[in-house]
Parts: sequence; structure tokens; C-alpha cells
Amino acid sequence: MAFGMYLVIFFIFGALCIAGALNLLLQRHPINSALSLIVVMTSLAVLYLLLGAEFLAAAQVIVYSGAIMVLFTFVIMLLNAGEEERTRGSRAAYLVGFPGVAALLGLLTYIFLSVRMPLGNAQLGGGTLVTTSDLSRVLFRDLLLPFEVTSILILVAILGAVTLARKEES
Amino acid sequence: MSPLLIYVLLSIVKVAIVTVVLLMCVAYTVLLERKVVGRIQNRFGPSRVGPFGLLQPLADGLKLFLKEDIMPTSVYRPLYILAPVIALACALLSIAVVPFGANIQYRGIDLFQIADLNIGLLVILGVTSVGVYGIALSGWASNNKYSLLGSLRSSAQMVSYELALGLSLVGVVIRSGSLRLRDIVDVQATHGILSWNVFGGFQIVAFFIYLIAAYAETNRAPFDLVEAESELTGGYHTEYSSMKFAMFFMAEYANMITVGCVATLLFFGGWTSPFGNLLPTPHNIVIQALLPIFWFVIKVFFFVFLYIWVRGTTPRFRYDQLMGFGWKFLVPLAIANIIVAALIYAPR
Repeated sequence: MAFGMYLVIFFIFGALCIAGALNLLLQRHPINSALSLIVVMTSLAVLYLLLGAEFLAAAQVIVYSGAIMVLFTFVIMLLNAGEEERTRGSRAAYLVGFPGVAALLGLLTYIFLSVRMPLGNAQLGGGTLVTTSDLSRVLFRDLLLPFEVTSILILVAILGAVTLARKEES
Repeated sequence: MSPLLIYVLLSIVKVAIVTVVLLMCVAYTVLLERKVVGRIQNRFGPSRVGPFGLLQPLADGLKLFLKEDIMPTSVYRPLYILAPVIALACALLSIAVVPFGANIQYRGIDLFQIADLNIGLLVILGVTSVGVYGIALSGWASNNKYSLLGSLRSSAQMVSYELALGLSLVGVVIRSGSLRLRDIVDVQATHGILSWNVFGGFQIVAFFIYLIAAYAETNRAPFDLVEAESELTGGYHTEYSSMKFAMFFMAEYANMITVGCVATLLFFGGWTSPFGNLLPTPHNIVIQALLPIFWFVIKVFFFVFLYIWVRGTTPRFRYDQLMGFGWKFLVPLAIANIIVAALIYAPR
């Protein structure tokens, strides 16, 4: 019973995710594309939730659907970006893009089909990495050094962005 | 009946009751605000419809229902319609994880909470962060300079203050060791007012950071730059009329109530009595169940009243002051508060 419900929810949100991703590519107006991206990210969060990764799902919504995409829409609104223009370059992208996507899809399908066994019934971290406290134990004990190094990396990136955005004073 | 059927039916009943009660509270919060702000400004406020103006929300609702729904010609139609729906949906959603009373179960189902999640606090934060889109998109889709300015301000303001808001809650989470709202309340339930996070939990600074950031997050005075009447006519909802306007209005007041609920749960001990064990436990089981709800409602009412009080007494911030205050004062203070809270609770 419960498993059937999980499957139904998985298919609904998986379909929503793919539909959002396709809409993101097909829409001409940047704001519609940005909104489709929000749909994709939120349905990904639901899929994380189905896998039992509740903290990851919440973080996905707060950080990606919330903060990052708000900045995207903010920039689109601020620049008042219009519809996508059709140029020679965009047509060339069509010609190269579709075969490229088809090749990539074929490759991925081949890989998924050939190593099918471990992909079914996937569990995050072998079922031990589920709750928020599990996650924090791994982050702040086992992987403390990489975690701190990453945060310093992000700090450096922020400082770089501030320096670049700063106007010359003279 | 099978357990699943009971679960589904009880959940539907709970959702219906909470939605109706919340919307009634929203309607009467509007009346309360008009009354109290009226008194603050030395006038009476609405007093004609019904005794003491108590039927005014009904009249207002009827008026908004019957008004013509004007669709301006140059709006971007899909988003113009979607924006108020997003705003209201997000405002109503977060109340689902709020526990209103003690954990009383009927056939294994919690009666006073719709959904008891391990990540309740994060759900509220997530819904709040998605709620920004309602205001942001309404301004853009209206194709009006005032609306656009209002929604640009709101996006920047809400993203900035969300940071301080999230950081201010860390101390509370460190104390309880859980993101589940019931656990957070249970830690504060031992000695009445002395064990509430705001006093016994040493989170009084965090409480004020939360309160200020939440006022900014709900776009209420003194941070209502989003709809600053004197500069932007109506801000993001300039072009909206009838029920679409009413949806923004309801969203704003529902958000106020949610902030009141969250502040109560996180800092003021939720549904627990301020007197702790000094009051004898009532013998009647109905009173035992309803007394916690009484305390909860009193506390939330206090926060709603505070909202109105602040609106009636403080002038609006200037935009650069708002940003400077958020980033240069609130965020560093919140980080310092995390360090202090971590040092206090480290020995455990």
C-alpha cells in the first residue's frame, strides 16, 4: 500500500520535473524559463523527500527554489529582459544541439541499462545518511576538513565578487 | 473503519477547521488593526456595521467579492493571475506544521497539529522563501513602474532579511537539538516562564533579531517599503482589484499570524503555561486539552497586537537604511548570537 503511494508520487513529480525542464528550454521569455526552473527544483525536492532525505529536501527548497531563483528573477526583472532573439548563432545551436542531446541521452541510457542492478531501490549513503543529525555528524566530524575548506572557498568567491562589483574610487 | 480511512478523514477535518479558523482570524485581525490604529491616531475606527463594528469584516469581504475584477490591458496575464495565488497559498501552507496544543492523540492521530514533521522549522522557512515570488511576480507582471519598483524592493529586502531570520533560529535549534516544533516546545515546558527560550534559554537577542527580520519578511511597518503609499502609490498591488487584491491582503495578515505562531513556539514556550507546575493540573479532560490552546492563542494574540502597535507608532525606514541595518547590524549580531549559544550549550 505505502509502496504504491510512493510510486504514484514519484511518477507525478518525476513527470512534473521533466515537463518543467522541457518548458525551461522551449519558452521564449526568460521569466517563464526561470519559473520552470523553480518547478524543476521544487519537484526534485519532493523526490529527495521520497528517498527519506528530509533535510536535503528542505535545503533544496530554501536555497535553490528560494534564494537563488529569487536572485535570477530579480535580475530578469531589473534588466527587463525581453524575448529571446533569433540569430544565426541560435540556429547553429539548434543544428548541433539536438544531435548532441540525442547522443548524450543514448549514452546515459546505455550506461543505466548496463549497470541496472545497483540503481534500483537506491538508498542515500546505504540508509545511514537520512536524518538531519546523521548528516551533520558526517559533515562536522568525518568530513570536517573538506567542509571547512569548501566554506573558505565560498568566502573567497564572495570576496572576489564584491571586489569586482566595487566601483573604482577616484 | 480501516486506520488509513480514519487518518484521511481526520486529516481532512483538521485541514478544514484550521483553514476556516485561520481565515476568520485574518478577517478579525484586519478589524483589530483598524480599531487599534484608529485609537492610536485618536479616532474610533470602524464602528457602524454591527455592535462595535464587529461585522465590518463581513461587509469588507462582501464588497471585495462583488467588486468588478479589472484586468488591465498591458499586463502579462498568466503571471498576473498566478501571483496572488502563490502569495495566498504560501501564506496558508506554513500553518500546517504548527502545533496548537499538547500532543493529544485520538486513535494514533495528533488532534492539534495537521502535520508533525521532523523538519517542521525548515518547512516554515522554505515556504516563506518561496512566498517571495507572489510579490515579486505581481510587480513584474503588472507592467507598471510603481509595481515593479515595489517588487524589486521586496525581492531584495526579503532575501536579505531571510538570512538574519534563519541565523537567529540556530540558537533555539542548538538548545532543543531538533528541528521538530514539538521537540522545541517540549524543552521549554519544564519550569514555565523560566524555561522559555526567550528567558531561560538565553535567546532574548535571537528573539529580537527574529522579530525584526520577520517584520521585514512580512513587509509590515516599519519595513513596508514594498507598498510605501507615499512613494509608490500602492506598490506591488497597485494594478490589482477585487478578489485578487483581497488575496494579497489575506496573505499579508495570514503571514502575520504565522509569524506570531512561530515566535510563540520558538521563544515563548508554545502552548505551555507561563506558571509551569504552580497551577494545579485540571481534572476535567476537556479543560486539560483546551487549556494549552488558550495559552497559545493568548500568546499569538500578543504578537499580532504587537504588529499593529508597531505599525501605529514607528515611521518607515529609508531604503538604504533598511539594507544597511539588515546586513551590517542584524546579520553580524545573529552570528555572534550563534557563537554565544553554542558556548552556552557546549558543556552538555
